Amino acid sequence: MASRPGRLPGFPLSLSLTLLWLSGLVLLPLCALLALALRTDPATWLHTLTEPRTLAACRLSLGSALLAALLDTAAGLGLAWALTRYRFPLQGWIDSTIDLPLALPTAVAGISLGAVYGAKGWVGGWLEAHGMKVIYSQAGIVLAMMLVSLPFAVRPIQAVLRDLDPHAEEAAVSLGGSRWRAFFTVVLPALRPAIATAFALSFAKSVGEYGSVIFVSSNLPGRSEIAPLLIMTRLEEFNYEAAAAIAMLLLFASLSVLILVTALQVRRPSD
Amino acid sequence: MAALAPIQPGLRAGPSVERPALRDPWWFRASLLGACALFLIAVLALPLAAVLVEAFRRGIGPAMKAWSDPDTKAAAWLTLRTAAWVVPLNAAFGIAAGYALGKFRFRGRTLLIALIDLPLSVSPVIAGMLFVLLFGAQGWFGPWLRDHGIKILFAPTGIVLATLFVTFPIVARELIAVMEARGRDQEEAALSLGAGAWTTFRRVTLPSARWALLHGIVLCNARAMGDFGAVSVVSGHIRGETNTLPLHIEVLYGEYQFQAAFAVAFLLILMAVVTIVLKHWFELRAASGAAEELA
Amino acid sequence: MRLKTTLLLALLMAAAPFAPRATAQKAQELLNVSYDPTRELYGAINPLFEAQWKQDHGAALTLKQSHGGSGKQARSVLDGLEADVVTLALAQDIDVISEKGKLLPQDWQSRLPNNSCPYVSTVVLLVRKGNPKAIADWDDLARPGIQVITPNPKTSGGARWNYLALWSHASRKFGGDEKKTQGFVDSVFRNVPVLDTGARGATNTFAQRGAGDVLIGWENEAWLAKAEFADQGFEIVYPKESILAEPPVAWLDANVKRHGTAEVAEAYLRFLYTPAAQEVIAKHHFRPSDRQVFEKHAKEFGDLKLRTLNEEFGSWAKAHAKHFAEGGTFDHTQVVAGTN
Repeated sequence: MASRPGRLPGFPLSLSLTLLWLSGLVLLPLCALLALALRTDPATWLHTLTEPRTLAACRLSLGSALLAALLDTAAGLGLAWALTRYRFPLQGWIDSTIDLPLALPTAVAGISLGAVYGAKGWVGGWLEAHGMKVIYSQAGIVLAMMLVSLPFAVRPIQAVLRDLDPHAEEAAVSLGGSRWRAFFTVVLPALRPAIATAFALSFAKSVGEYGSVIFVSSNLPGRSEIAPLLIMTRLEEFNYEAAAAIAMLLLFASLSVLILVTALQVRRPSD
Repeated sequence: MAALAPIQPGLRAGPSVERPALRDPWWFRASLLGACALFLIAVLALPLAAVLVEAFRRGIGPAMKAWSDPDTKAAAWLTLRTAAWVVPLNAAFGIAAGYALGKFRFRGRTLLIALIDLPLSVSPVIAGMLFVLLFGAQGWFGPWLRDHGIKILFAPTGIVLATLFVTFPIVARELIAVMEARGRDQEEAALSLGAGAWTTFRRVTLPSARWALLHGIVLCNARAMGDFGAVSVVSGHIRGETNTLPLHIEVLYGEYQFQAAFAVAFLLILMAVVTIVLKHWFELRAASGAAEELA
Repeated sequence: MRLKTTLLLALLMAAAPFAPRATAQKAQELLNVSYDPTRELYGAINPLFEAQWKQDHGAALTLKQSHGGSGKQARSVLDGLEADVVTLALAQDIDVISEKGKLLPQDWQSRLPNNSCPYVSTVVLLVRKGNPKAIADWDDLARPGIQVITPNPKTSGGARWNYLALWSHASRKFGGDEKKTQGFVDSVFRNVPVLDTGARGATNTFAQRGAGDVLIGWENEAWLAKAEFADQGFEIVYPKESILAEPPVAWLDANVKRHGTAEVAEAYLRFLYTPAAQEVIAKHHFRPSDRQVFEKHAKEFGDLKLRTLNEEFGSWAKAHAKHFAEGGTFDHTQVVAGTN
């Protein structure tokens, strides 16, 4: 690809439009948060971020998001593989439904998960009879996160898989290697950036998830309270500084993962 | 290879069916398909089915009553109006960003792409809070806005802004990836043949990205209609005025009108499904029509 | 050329949401920002007042409602929600609007009769059909094996009344011994498996999701839940004594001045005290402040000794500082519950 900006017209216009929109809509609001955070004295920061309730909430949100992202990424790989490499009935329609969680309001996701997996739910009743609690346990939180992050876990992998050049893979097989070997030596390295992206996006989405999780969690402070709920509570106590501190922490966590993944991809030589 | 693999649209011919060397053993295929089916059922299909069943548990009559309730109609209208603002604006931005960041290389490009992705990593609760910090009575612009009689927060405008924020990256990511994948060759060819800048953009760049644009628009629309967290913070929950469909569903749930809540949820999902189906249909028509230019 | 027009259009559209809204209104509007349990109540009262106002003044009036957790609504008002009147769950939420937002004077509560409370309520217990766990009073909530459902006092106004009712009972039981009282409340909260953010959420958790053996909540909410979930046969258990829950109403001087609704806002709130409105209030299981109306419906309300907040806790400020502030007694219950 040519790397001389200006040889193609329209760069200044498109870039300035992009920067204008980005600054006004995204950076300005975030500056407000940053300003609030900077106005707060470090002692308050430290107090907020080190108190047991905050630690518990962050541990729960980050930990559950990590688990959900891992599971979703694994599922995403499997789903992307099946949707790209296999033929089965209703394939196109199933592929389209993967986008549905984006349209599902988080509140509805939470309520419907409760209807299915709650104590009086379709599956939940059977599960609880066998000692497995989904709603009001961390399993429920992870499940809700997995539902809302599903499209983010499948699509990146699917895109790369679809455009993958089959020749290298075929060569590996024809040279006497097994399918597994071909997969691990040819396909997986090519998929790694996409898998990392899928993980990062699912993680970022899950960490901040609020609407669906509060319906499936018991929301007990210090035990099953997710970080976004704690932020809401602090806001309601008019403790804007604490809310901002926790918000910045969550932002930092998901941003770091995102930036790390992007940086890793850019450094990789493009094929 | 795209530096940032985005959410990309559905299917084109996968290699394995046409390439016997790449066929997975039958037992592997069966177990993977089975595992996928189980996963999708447990995580996606069952909750969606629950919405369907609960919506019509007592027949279609109560559901229709829920849909024709004035508050529901007001909420649906607000949701549609919001999407009508958000989708074109973010699509226009997406095109600009896709062009600038997809066709060109420059310093700071990676940072810009990461910044564009920011709203994805912001919790909706925080997103709403940001707008309160900006436009609330005790925020940066609050007093000025109030003195000039401009209502942003707790009014439809605030809802549009919050939704713009959360759906911001959706179209952009699609277009950046596809424009980057397409490269500059076609544009350069057109330009060298004497086409003007705008003509090239209109007749070469945009058409080559139209499927990604369509997919992005459908996703953006779905997300715009379904946003709950961010809108909940900036809405004010004024019945018949600032409740969107997702908020109205919560209201119904809190008034013990469960069937009505699920009926309205069904309506919302239906609206999203319609756009997804339309997109799918367009793609099918294009694929079965003349050979698609795959660059 | 076409693209330039499109871009121009896009820019105009981008600017339009920021344009001042046309304020030409056909009917005068009044916004009532309320707490959660009053949805049905104001749904019934508002048309009556709109009709009355039309009759008296010939002008059309539209009453708008917003409902949510009391504290959350107070915060929204402070953030700019243009409420003409607020009808919240506790005086403290309105005090905060006065203090931090300066939207009404400090002595607002004395402007309307009965401490600005056209209706009051109390805190009762809701149990399942047949009362299988034999819950009769507050003490039973601390029994091991009982699961108690109540919302989170930090986010729900109703939950704060619940908590204070519980504390008040324990305090009297142990003759004011702080340690024993805290211990009792701790053991009750050890029995709480889920903390919803709001009263309705908690009722849904109990009634619709089937969690818990007993729900602590507003008296009016208990009656409503009993009716709404008639097929489940819930029963209301009245403890021997409980707290008098006073949810006050007030107009916001600064807002009504700006909107030009001062007269109609005050008229609306005063309307709540009239016999017509008081009847509706009684019908929705709120205790009307009008003695006569209350006597008429006395049979529909349980008999129990009601203690006021001031009597038990001095003032909301004191109660808040001791129980709901950071490090207060509620936080203590959570720490204890977490370590078990």
